[in-house]
This record gives sequence, structure tokens and C-alpha cells, in this order.
Amino acid sequence: MKVIETQSLSKYYGRSRGIIDLNLSVEEGQIFGFIGPNGAGKSTTIRILLGLISPSSGQARIFGKSIAENKLSILSRIGYMPSEATFYRGMKVSEILKLSASLYHKDCQAEARRLCDLFEVDTKKKVETLSLGNRKKVSIICAFQHSPDLYILDEPTSGLDPFMQKAFFELLHERHRQGATFFLSSHVLSEIQRHCQNAAVIREGRLAACDSVERLSGTQARRVVLHGTATLPTLSGIKNPVWSKDSVSFLYQGDMKALLTALQKLPLTDLSISEAELEEIFMHFYEKEEK
Amino acid sequence: MTILTHELKQNRISFWVWTASIAFMLLICMLMYPEIESGMKAVTNLFASMGSFTAAFGMDRLNFGEVMGFYGIECGNILSLGGGLFSALLGITALSKEEKDRTAEFLLSHPIRRSTVVLQKLGAVLVQVLMLNLIVMGASLAAFGMIGESPAVKEFLLLHGAYTVLQAEISCVCFGISAFLQGNGMGIGMGLTILLYFFNLIKNISDKADLLKYVTPFAYAEPADLISEALIDGRLMGLGILYSVICVGVGFVKYVKKDITA
Repeated sequence: MKVIETQSLSKYYGRSRGIIDLNLSVEEGQIFGFIGPNGAGKSTTIRILLGLISPSSGQARIFGKSIAENKLSILSRIGYMPSEATFYRGMKVSEILKLSASLYHKDCQAEARRLCDLFEVDTKKKVETLSLGNRKKVSIICAFQHSPDLYILDEPTSGLDPFMQKAFFELLHERHRQGATFFLSSHVLSEIQRHCQNAAVIREGRLAACDSVERLSGTQARRVVLHGTATLPTLSGIKNPVWSKDSVSFLYQGDMKALLTALQKLPLTDLSISEAELEEIFMHFYEKEEK
Repeated sequence: MTILTHELKQNRISFWVWTASIAFMLLICMLMYPEIESGMKAVTNLFASMGSFTAAFGMDRLNFGEVMGFYGIECGNILSLGGGLFSALLGITALSKEEKDRTAEFLLSHPIRRSTVVLQKLGAVLVQVLMLNLIVMGASLAAFGMIGESPAVKEFLLLHGAYTVLQAEISCVCFGISAFLQGNGMGIGMGLTILLYFFNLIKNISDKADLLKYVTPFAYAEPADLISEALIDGRLMGLGILYSVICVGVGFVKYVKKDITA
């Protein structure tokens, strides 16, 4: 079953674009990565999925139902973590967690306590005295304490220290094993590579790529480093060349034999060909189109 | 009722500061009355003959030397303006503060209807207006007792009833505006209240400005009319209630469809 599905989803804020013609599909039980630079439209997409803003055109469905018409039943099955967690001033952490639980009409005290212990959160503290990382942890607990079916997490690990990041992903995988679906927005690519099965790349409001992470990173793109020469082989499929004294490195996507033939003509002293990092592949999605 | 109780809790400090301040000022005013009363006989005529200034505050029709006249003018101004400002702040911040403080995303990503949020927030505003007025009324009665006077019951109830409706109207109008704001609307709320207050003063001074009575709620909560005639202008008050319903309705429609981007 498709847990999230958008069709030609567009949102304009006046004349400025939010997202354009976005088609996404997230299957039940997936950990789906949503990657893009700042301002690409990640938060706009998430806000539409949560019914906070309405799309200019197109459709968005969650659990097979239209958001506009079934907002309450959909939201009761979602755990949302915003990129910047802000709570009501003057309230204690325990009061925030209780307020959130009561808005879900659930008693989550036991789970809240477990998660507070796990993330070392002091529930007696007032929220405005918390550091960014601690606010983030409270936000994680708010999203997880009522054990939803779908988690929408907007840059969940920014501001968390490595130990807490580890604890967070352990919790995420624990819930995933129990059958939950995750929609994880991030610009930390290694995070997506390590934890997600599928991913979409969004750039300037449009979908730049959407595939399994394996296929996205396992494209034939190779990082090639040549020593002894600073000349690029004359070949198509070469991207992002970087020169240094007496050597050149570039990303190559194309026929291997053609590369080897081209390299034979160069005065090489050394050579390395390695699998490209996901990061490198995504960087060219990030770069603005050259005009 | 989660949102309603949450709102009351969030506002409790501000509520008690305003309520206590207004009640305290009323109390002080009333405790000064016996002293003023004795010296007042001489100056009552003076107060009653200061031309437009006298008319502006209704002192041409109220006797400053009588306890209800004094109460209407002194306490009327404190409660109508103080309560009006508090109601304006309550109303103008009710919906907009969620976006201003960036808590709207937290609140509205929970399974709760926008309409429920609007209605419960409006409920919290009106409960606070009502509570403030009841507490202030209690403080006033205590003050009357302390100086050994007793208020004219009908006039007293009319006066406080009218102020409560006045404050409810201001809070409803501001509540409607609040749905359109994303930032701090306090200036708008306070400015609007003071403007309406001055409209009433102008209306009292000049006959040409009589039409202003259809705009400002201070017109139907005019102590000079309420105390000297023991009557309230039901038409004007009805108009005020109509304005309140329209403003809340417009705000409701706006907020239910509003894009929450902060």
C-alpha cells in the first residue's frame, strides 16, 4: 500500500515557487529519504502533507486518503518532528509531552518516560531553557510517544550529538521493524545512504531524482583520479573535474572501455578508480543548472 | 477542552496582573470617595460647567458628588478603558501568537480541527473577559462596603453588564483581525481600543459626530446614560453584538483555510 502519494503537487506563495509538479510515492514500511538543499521545497512538501498549507494544484494522499478531507484521521496516525522545534514558553517538558498526548487522545506516559530516559531528557525543565539539541529531543519524543504508523521527520538529527543521533536511529529502526513507515527529510547524505531504502532528491522545487538509494548511489558513476598529468581525457561523461598540480580527478559516468582507451593516450604515473560517494552524485543535483 | 484550558493556563499571569491592577485601582478610587465627597459639593458645579470637557466624560449628566455618579465616571473610565485594552490584547493575540511564537506548526500538526482551535480559543478569551468582570464587580462591592455606601443595584448591574459586553465586543473584533495576522498585533489592538474610546468622547462633545455611536461600543456603555436613566440602548448593544459575530465569523473562515507557514 502507498502510504504517501502526491500527484503533480504544486505550491506557489504568491509569485514565488514552493514546489512544482511533484510526484512522490512512499510504500508502507519504507524508510524514505527526502533530500535537497535549503529552500528546495522540502518543508513546503511536508507542510502540505500535514495539511498546514493547501497546495496550489495537484493532489496529496496519505494512507490512500485525501488530506483535505480526512485530516483528523490521517494526523492521528502521524508523528511529526519539525526542523525547528518551538514550544510554548513557560511550560515544562512534562507538560508539553502531556499536552501533545492529550491532543492525540492517548495516554502515553509509560512510553514517554521510557523515551525520556533513553534520550536523557529532564522533564522538569522549562522548554525555553533548553538548548537546541534538547528541544530536538523533546520533539523526537512528541513524534514517537504515541507510536504512530507514519513518521514525518524534518531534519531530525541536526543539533543532536553523535550519541543521541545513534540512539535516535536505533529507535527509528526499532519502530521500522514494528512496521512503521518513515519520511525522512535531510541534507546529510550519509545519513540517507545508511538508513534509507528509497530516496527522492528535490531541487528548486522540482523532483530531480527518485529511486532506491542503492540504484541512486550505485549508478556507474566512478571517481577517477589521474596522477602524472593534468590533462582531461577527451571523452563525454566527465563531470566535476578538479585539478591540482600534476593530477586531475573527475566523476565519470559512461562506458568503461572508452575510458580505458582514452586513458592510454595520457602520460600517467598512477591511477585510481573508485565508486562514487552518494554525496558526489547528489552534488550535481544540487548545483544549479548551468545556463 | 484541551485548547481552552491550555489557553487559560498560558494566560494566567497576564490575566491576574490585569485583573488585580484594575480591581486595585477601582478600590483605591472608591476609598478616596468619602474624602472627595466632602470637598466635592463645592467643586461639583465647577466640574459640571467645564463645557466640552464636562460633556466628554458625561459629567454634565452625572453628579460627581453622589456615590453612583462618582462610581460611573471614575470607575467607569478605569474599567472600560483598562478592561477594553486587556480584551483587545486577548483577542488580537489569540490566533496570531501561534504563528508569531512559531508554535502553530506544533499545535496544528496534531489531530485537531482548525475550527475547534478557533472556537476553544474564542471560548478562552470570553471566559477571561467574564472572569475579569466578575472579580472586578466583587472588588467594587467590597469597596462600597468599606466606605459604608451601597450601590444602586439596577444601575450597578447595568453598568457592569454593559462593560462586559463592551469588552467582549472589542475582544471579538480583535479576534477576527487576529486570524489575518502572523506577527505581533498588540499595537493594532490597543490602537483600536483607544480610537474607539476617543470616538465616544468626540460623540459626547459634538452633536455632529452623533453617528459615531453606531461605531464605538463605548457609546452603549456610557455611564452617564446608564446611571442617570437606568436604561441601556439595546439597539446599539445589539449592533455591537452583530459586529462581534461578523468579525469572529470572518476570522473563522480565514483561519480554517489559512496557510500556516511559520
